[in-house]
Amino acid sequence: MTNRQIVIPGEIIAENTNALPGENTIKEDGKIISQKYGLAEISNELIKIIPLSGAYLPRRGNIVIGEVENIMFNGWLINFNGPETGFLSLTEVPMYVNKDGLEEVMKIGDMVIAKIWNMNRRGTDLSIKSRGLGKIEGGLIVKVNPNKVPRIIGKEGSMVNLIKDSTGCELTVGQNGFVHIRGSSIEKEILAKKAVLFIEKNSAQGGLTEDITKWFEENKN
Amino acid sequence: MEEISINSKKIAEYLNTGKRFDGRKPEEFRELSIETGVSINAEGSARVKLGNTDVIVGVKLATAEPYADSPNKGNFMVSAELSPMSSPRFESGPPKFPVIEFGRVLDRGLRESGFIKWEGLCIEEGKRVWTLFVDIYTLNDDGNLMDAAGIGAIAAMKTAKLPSFDKETGIIDYKHPTDNPLPLNDVTPIAITAYKIGNKIIVDPTREEQDAATSRVTIGSSDGIISSVQKGEEDSMTQEEIGEALDLADKAYKDVFKNLQNQIK
Amino acid sequence: MAENFKRMDGRELTEMRPIAAQVGIIPNANGSAMFQSGKTIAYAAVYGPREHHPRSQRNPKRATLRCKYNMISFSVNDRIRPGPSRRSTEISKITEWAITPVLMLEKFPGMVIDVHINIIQADAGTRCAGINAAAMAIAHAGIPMKEMVSSVSSGKLDKTLVIDLDKAEEDFEEGEGPTDIPVSMTQSGKVTHLQLDGKINKEELKEAIKMAEAACKEIHEVQKEALKNVGKLIEGGKK
Repeated sequence: MTNRQIVIPGEIIAENTNALPGENTIKEDGKIISQKYGLAEISNELIKIIPLSGAYLPRRGNIVIGEVENIMFNGWLINFNGPETGFLSLTEVPMYVNKDGLEEVMKIGDMVIAKIWNMNRRGTDLSIKSRGLGKIEGGLIVKVNPNKVPRIIGKEGSMVNLIKDSTGCELTVGQNGFVHIRGSSIEKEILAKKAVLFIEKNSAQGGLTEDITKWFEENKN
Repeated sequence: MEEISINSKKIAEYLNTGKRFDGRKPEEFRELSIETGVSINAEGSARVKLGNTDVIVGVKLATAEPYADSPNKGNFMVSAELSPMSSPRFESGPPKFPVIEFGRVLDRGLRESGFIKWEGLCIEEGKRVWTLFVDIYTLNDDGNLMDAAGIGAIAAMKTAKLPSFDKETGIIDYKHPTDNPLPLNDVTPIAITAYKIGNKIIVDPTREEQDAATSRVTIGSSDGIISSVQKGEEDSMTQEEIGEALDLADKAYKDVFKNLQNQIK
Repeated sequence: MAENFKRMDGRELTEMRPIAAQVGIIPNANGSAMFQSGKTIAYAAVYGPREHHPRSQRNPKRATLRCKYNMISFSVNDRIRPGPSRRSTEISKITEWAITPVLMLEKFPGMVIDVHINIIQADAGTRCAGINAAAMAIAHAGIPMKEMVSSVSSGKLDKTLVIDLDKAEEDFEEGEGPTDIPVSMTQSGKVTHLQLDGKINKEELKEAIKMAEAACKEIHEVQKEALKNVGKLIEGGKK
């Protein structure tokens, strides 16, 4: 049985418990104490905090959407709102790029969908080798709270697929809170954007799938 | 990440069909709310919200010697701060050009419009006058800070009260305001800034729309009399575009004026 | 200690002014909050952890906490010339020191956490209101914290210990005059900030800190409610 409640730093979530202290909590004298503002998910086995807010903290394997900030001799510097700028090497691109041809592939200000393939002290390395990655052409970009990304994607993509089906748009959700939408008309793209913002705003509620389905019926003119 | 170029392109494309993302018309302002008396140590103050844009303006009075060439006129100074609290883009530090321009454009709009009765600020000719300070702080930037600040300045000035002042000792008693308002004429100088996106003109942009704009012109007017204009940013505007900006500013003025009248008590 | 000392506004010796808090007042910020104590109003906005510029100032071992305390020009009776002052620079540092002990800055090496505090209206106790607002804003921004921090001015008027001096009391001239003792504490009673301005002996000071601890607990309740009800104005303390 899981129980959820909003907790603040320093708050004692449970006492005399055998549950393990999950992410953003510590255990002291049998008490589990929160170390972050968020939603505590409490079960008999594990207590962890689901963040409601906070800057994006990148993880290896994350898909992110960013902007080309600068071009180096061997790659592009990409800003994805992370702790630091990411680096996309010209060796991590699916075609051959000549040392003088970087700007033709992507110039400063272009947006790109990339995957974080490595993170170390030297920096964050990106790749656009896989399918679905690469420079973004057209469409529009919505910025959301990165902590709401799981809700926007939904269980096994159910939520994002619902938006795709209802608007006919392609959607790519970056873990860093940037969502790219491309559809056959601006109206459809704006509808999808509004749907994404609706989910972000109501993410704390249960019954979100019913709410969004109803919302589409009301708004899909 | 500041301006997202894909979004700017999309905004311009949509505007070409006469539409804005939030459904507004080109001359339409967002929901405007004005609250006065929000900072009690000020002689007058106002907080203005235009959509999610949020600014606070305060009026303070102090005495000083008049300028030699205007011995019976008061002094006036407008200052603005793009507070780093209001946007991830603003940094702390000495004022840079954007905020300096911000303050100066609003200053001229208020100064040139005949709003302030300069002689009314005179205490003793040649010796002592009131200096009227209008200070603007931004609290949240979602576009069009300039116009929001201008509305705040008028609201703060119209509701301000002079502090008690002892002519003999020259001491100002701020703790005991009088019932006397500032010496103002019956004009309402409102600054409306028109922005060019693609080759269309709009007013009251959101932050995203403002990023997509390539040029802007601020028109300070009162009842159809234009007393200050400033065109800014790098792109040129055709004469038609300037004409359209003037038309839009005129339409927007009427709505903002009505709002101001209703909301200032 | 004078037992029948009467405070100017009729408050009890250990009674704080009415307090209020609201979280989430600045949409652009990662975290934001307002804290009010009597007529003193402080706003705080937090951006971060984010990339630290300039690069040269980055600390490779941990995040940098950068607090900027500012009183807006019209927050007081005599207009303050806009811009930083020596006082605001000192209080900015005091605020950093008041909050750093509960942060885990090693989790974000090389990054920066920017905290901006604006005092909108001042009636004494501004640095304490600023710290209270900043602590809520930092929590709201999802930044890991061991505990919350609460801050209050303890003090002495002539020979009597009191809590939460207002401006009129700070200007009090009788007898030994006023002693102002701003204190910040964690929920578990650890002192993260302590200053003093006046005249006091060590027993009285220890007592004043104890009084501050009780007041901080009340403040903590309001900070907690505000965080649990984002967007709602929460009022507390005695009315």
